[in-house]
Amino acid sequence: MIRIQSLSKSFLGSPVLRGVDFEIHDGETVVIIGQSGGGKSVLLKHLCGLLKPDDGHVWVDDDDIVPLSERRLAPIRSKFGFLFQGAALFDSLTLFDNVAFPLREKRKFTEAEIAQRVAEALEIVGLAAAGHKKPAELSGGMRKRAGLARAVVGMPKYLLYDEPTTGLDPIRADTINNLILRLRNRFQVTGVAVTHDMASAYKIADRIAMLHEGQIHAVGTPSEIQATTDPIVQQFIRGVADISQEVHSGNTANY
Amino acid sequence: MMTLLTRLWQTVFDLLSQFGGVLLLFLDIVRTMFTRRPRWKETIEQVYKIGWQSQAVVVITGAFTGMVFAVQTGLQFHKVKMDTAVGPVVAIAMLRELAPVLTGLMVAGRVGASIAAELGTMKVTEQIDALRSMGTSPTDYLAAPRFSALLVGLPMLTAEAMACSIFAGFYVAVNMLNIDPAYYWHNMLKFTAAKDVAAGLIKSVFFAAFIALIACHKGFNADEGAEGVGRATTQAVVVSSLTILIANFFIAVVFNSIVPI
Ligand SMILES: Nc1ncnc2c1ncn2[C@@H]1O[C@H](COP(=O)(O)OP(=O)(O)OP(=O)(O)O)[C@@H](O)[C@H]1O
Ligand SMILES: [Mg+2]
Repeated sequence: MIRIQSLSKSFLGSPVLRGVDFEIHDGETVVIIGQSGGGKSVLLKHLCGLLKPDDGHVWVDDDDIVPLSERRLAPIRSKFGFLFQGAALFDSLTLFDNVAFPLREKRKFTEAEIAQRVAEALEIVGLAAAGHKKPAELSGGMRKRAGLARAVVGMPKYLLYDEPTTGLDPIRADTINNLILRLRNRFQVTGVAVTHDMASAYKIADRIAMLHEGQIHAVGTPSEIQATTDPIVQQFIRGVADISQEVHSGNTANY
Repeated sequence: MMTLLTRLWQTVFDLLSQFGGVLLLFLDIVRTMFTRRPRWKETIEQVYKIGWQSQAVVVITGAFTGMVFAVQTGLQFHKVKMDTAVGPVVAIAMLRELAPVLTGLMVAGRVGASIAAELGTMKVTEQIDALRSMGTSPTDYLAAPRFSALLVGLPMLTAEAMACSIFAGFYVAVNMLNIDPAYYWHNMLKFTAAKDVAAGLIKSVFFAAFIALIACHKGFNADEGAEGVGRATTQAVVVSSLTILIANFFIAVVFNSIVPI
């Protein structure tokens, strides 16, 4: 269980999170949607203590992680897998070593076990043949998938996905959706995914939460969210720009 | 007036917080070294990158400094018929001051820049966050190996520079200035002692620590974007070079008061 309590964070005086309250139950997958630049990645980074809030609490199981030092956070972070928006693969390591990294750091596995698990993880994301390559030799989508392999390889209790399907072709994206579903169904992984891809959101989410103006504006199951009459949510999920913007672009088209 | 004061305060505050950051990093590295398993693979890799690959630069710097020093002092001393004094002068200057300082500066430029650029890039591409998210401390995985590698590598490079400069000075003195090789060598050994070598090597240990700490600190705290990494790199080189030059003076003063020449 992850419980977020009146979480606030500003950067250089401009508030990004303004009192987020939310609870993520064990075994569910929550999708967070919201405007670009709205603080979704920032919120995700608070969940495993990569960022410290100005105010508020984050409870992971029974620990309030906000006051913990980096050293005390390490055992809590080992419960997490994190897919970064930009994949954040280590450029100096091959894909294989990248994916093996979290396993090697745990020092619980033999090299043979590691090799087997890494091969499996790369296979699932469709990169079985690319293990010897360095991140710089990969396309953006391939890097994203490798980042996903690295996040899931240790079978963590919590998985945080920052835009898991962005930049992938529709078929790959659906493979990733299936992977996320399987992790939940078969291994009871608790997932928090940030995405702009509404098809993916409807498919993988148990609940969808919308972050708007630094707060959780609406929460519900995919069908509740689709059926809501809330104008802000409706506008977001149907992907229409502001009327004023449409008029504006119509004007420029006349030139 | 007000803005001047606030600017001054800002500068002092920045300096202090930078110094504090470097000090905290140092304490964290020391703590890591005592509490974590050493990362041999990463450390050896860094010794290779930092030490082994810097040799060409250091050998050339040492040799040519020794040579030009021999030529210039030789021409002056020749006027007063003290040609054989060239040996001890070159040796003392190189061992105590020039070899450690010049090697430190060259390595600050070459290695300090590459450390800051590498770690800075890792910071802005979230690779540092990725490490932390896996429960691995960036100090343990990145800073400590570089710190240890410099602490081992820089004294060795300095020793190499010392040797090269002395032999190059000797070669120039004998072949271009026609100084008697036996006298040169004899006089040089007579006026130099192990403590001169030790002074130079101990200095280089301090310089190594400055370069590693400043470069890692600047890299870890790089601002977003390519510009931020560029700035971190430049600052790492400038600040560690200045620190070496300034610290050199104070270390020399302290040494001379402990072990008089
Ligand atoms: N380290 C930081 N320093 C300063 N500002 C930051 C930092 N990280 C995020 N921000 C700011 O916080 C705001 C929210 O950023 P965030 O990356 O969370 O957006 P997002 O919702 O993930 O957007 P996107 O969907 O485009 O990824 C942005 O305005 C960004 O400029
Ligand atoms: Mg984001």
